[in-house]
Amino acid sequence: MTKNHDLIVIGGGPGGYVAALRASQLGMKVALVEREHLGGVCLNWGCIPTKALLRSAEVLDLVRDAAAYGVRVEGVSHDLEAIVARSRAVAARLQSGVRGLLRRSAVTVVEGRGRLSAPRTVEVTGRDGARSELAAPRVILATGARPRVLPGLEPDGVRVWSYRDAMTPRALPASILVVGAGAIGVEFASFYRSLGSEVTLVEAADRVLPNEDHEICALARKAFERRGMRVHTGTVVDSLRLDDEGVTATLRGPAGASEVRIERVISAVGIEANTEGLGLEGTGVELDRGHVVVGPWLETGEPGVYAIGDLTAPPWLAHKASHEAVICVEKIAGVAHVAPLDANRIPACTYAHPQVASIGLTEHKARLRGIAVRIGSFPFAASGKAIAMRQDEGMVKTVFDARTGELLGAHLIGSDVTELIQGFAVAMSAEATEAELAHTVFPHPTLSEAMHESVLQALGRPLHH
Amino acid sequence: MPIEILMPSTGGDMTEGNIARWAVKPGDAIRKDAVLLEIETDKALVDVPAPGDGVLATILAPDGAQRVKAGAVIGLIAVAGEDPGALRAADSATPASKGLAPPPAVAAVAAVAAPAANRIAASPLARRVAAMGRIDLAAIRGSGPNGRIVKVDVEQAAKHAPAPAAVTAAATAATSGTVIGERAAGSSVPHTAMRRSIAQRLTQSKQSIPHFYLTIDCDVGALLVLRAALEAQAGFKPSLNDFLVKAVALALKEVPAINASWSDDAVQRHAGVDVSVAVATPGGLVTPIVRDADAKSLRTIGAEIRALAERARAGPLKAHEIQGGSFTISNLGMYGIREFSAIVNPPQSCILAVGASEQRAVVRDGALAVATLTTCTLSADHRLVDGVLGAEFMGALRRLVEAPLSLLA
Repeated sequence: MTKNHDLIVIGGGPGGYVAALRASQLGMKVALVEREHLGGVCLNWGCIPTKALLRSAEVLDLVRDAAAYGVRVEGVSHDLEAIVARSRAVAARLQSGVRGLLRRSAVTVVEGRGRLSAPRTVEVTGRDGARSELAAPRVILATGARPRVLPGLEPDGVRVWSYRDAMTPRALPASILVVGAGAIGVEFASFYRSLGSEVTLVEAADRVLPNEDHEICALARKAFERRGMRVHTGTVVDSLRLDDEGVTATLRGPAGASEVRIERVISAVGIEANTEGLGLEGTGVELDRGHVVVGPWLETGEPGVYAIGDLTAPPWLAHKASHEAVICVEKIAGVAHVAPLDANRIPACTYAHPQVASIGLTEHKARLRGIAVRIGSFPFAASGKAIAMRQDEGMVKTVFDARTGELLGAHLIGSDVTELIQGFAVAMSAEATEAELAHTVFPHPTLSEAMHESVLQALGRPLHH
Repeated sequence: MPIEILMPSTGGDMTEGNIARWAVKPGDAIRKDAVLLEIETDKALVDVPAPGDGVLATILAPDGAQRVKAGAVIGLIAVAGEDPGALRAADSATPASKGLAPPPAVAAVAAVAAPAANRIAASPLARRVAAMGRIDLAAIRGSGPNGRIVKVDVEQAAKHAPAPAAVTAAATAATSGTVIGERAAGSSVPHTAMRRSIAQRLTQSKQSIPHFYLTIDCDVGALLVLRAALEAQAGFKPSLNDFLVKAVALALKEVPAINASWSDDAVQRHAGVDVSVAVATPGGLVTPIVRDADAKSLRTIGAEIRALAERARAGPLKAHEIQGGSFTISNLGMYGIREFSAIVNPPQSCILAVGASEQRAVVRDGALAVATLTTCTLSADHRLVDGVLGAEFMGALRRLVEAPLSLLA
């Protein structure tokens, strides 16, 4: 039996469920196919539960540092089981929230794996193997991605952890090797370091957080090392030897090969799109390096089939998926003035200690493009609020086009910068120039004043530096 | 949502026009397809029909508004259930007049600070980039939220825009009365839509069409004798030009490859023989069309040309009266011009420049003689007309002119 809808969304993550909600708001009859859990990896096994874990780590760091604030706290310790339980409870609460939203929006949630079985037809295989068919003139693919598995680093759930294992530890490893110093890697590294593990962080690129501005990378590395992590860049894992006691990893870096002995390994070396089993073979859907090729309106090469989120080109971020979902659905519905997503205006946040947040071009990339740039920067060490809060580590860096005054990029490192970056995102989206930013009143005393000062410095007239 | 009244585009290359006259006023009930206003395009007056039923809420481009971009919102119609007064109020707060040209001074440089430019929804960055590139924001359609102009729109426009330096200089001089050197500058006359269109079309034609020229002398002695006979016997005195229109039409029938237009993909052969006749008016040259001139009598041709010319001198003609000719005749003989070469009127392939008919000394059979000759020069688009083809046409034309009874057939 085939059920007819206006739109079928395959995948219930931050791309898919937002697409379903928006389509329903616009009057479409929507079916959402989800194979495991609404909210996707982001909500269940990614962004959200890790933020809960990192918050626990932050509280622990703060309490340990209580004496510096004149607060006496004795007998500080942590309860790993409670930390993990809290993280899982947060994910569960949000998952039920998404379910409620979809129910109130009259979205039909179909549990199972969806695949394109014929034009305008999606076959769903339930967990019990039962098959059903859905039909709609348009299908949005939003099946997301999974961690890339490097040969020799296959998770075994005991010594070599997947991200899920790393999020639900039963005991704290005394030592851990984190492979990959992208956002996910440094977040796990920060969490385990705060809890007390010896952490070795290995990155193949020549710096940590390789997508970030070089200056920020250098500050991040210094901060990680100050917190006691061992950081090896330009280094890859040659081999792992597992035994009953732990793991011996052979690292190959600029100084040659070396061995480290650890209890656990976490691999965080990028992602792969979930394109398999979607029935893409024989359709017009094209892949490029494993990701679906889409046009400005998220349309694939197959008429009526769209793809959003991690399935498509980078950046692979939840908010990018959600935004693409809205653009895709609104374009389908014929909403006026839909604008395509500008990948250069998508902020990215890393919740390590210290936090890193950025948007737009790094100084290096802007110069590579031949743009004459004006750089502004301001250290939190010169911010009154940061000093009062004892959060005076880090800086705000801004990159402007010297000719037009366009804000090309902003790069922040320090406490709560993931909450600050949005100010620059608004400015970029509204196409404010350095003149509007300089003219904007920033409240005192806040960390955000450092954003203002960074802009003023780019203009050559800083007030407090 | 109110219905937007958009500045129409009446033809392929029309990008802007002037508002001639609104036939309705705010508050009037509007029926779909009723004539709302007349616009003045390159050479014609065009009626603009109502896009829907309702009440005219507001006029954004009043009578006489100049250089309104095609596609610009020029008025709003309130539909059932909407309050036209509220739309008016809302509109004066945030005018949708993004397609309307600001006064020349504002269009020039200081877009960031200019009050009129501020009425256009554009991002600060778009304004700055536009000011730097001297791009007129009023000419840009925004792609941002609610049609706001963003940087990428300005960059797109910059790619297509011609260098605006001359316009800017003229605009500055016009408003500031700049004194150049010792003497005051002469007055500057703002362009009419028609002048602008003539300038643009002719520049484009001369720059992009490879012209070549063929000149031939036609003996019009027999034709003048025939004309005298017609006047004496039928009380009908066609002009020399009427004869030439007919002769050209018949020559086009004989050499149909001339009756064609160049397009990027193919040569378009015209089914009918429509001859445009250049007519001088106070505003400039217009070219009303005698359609199917090959099938019309001299009397009909003459009557049509005189009626069209008279109306053209009184005011703009209707679009259909000037668009679509396949060949143009331009005659300056009455001004004593012996011969000249004209610029092809695209998309036509040829234009015939006709000089004065005058008695000249000719050599016939080895002896001097007197003949009445008219020198005709064909300007041809070499992309589709080769020299021999043009020569064939001119040969046919001369034969027809010199055997004028064939023009009465």
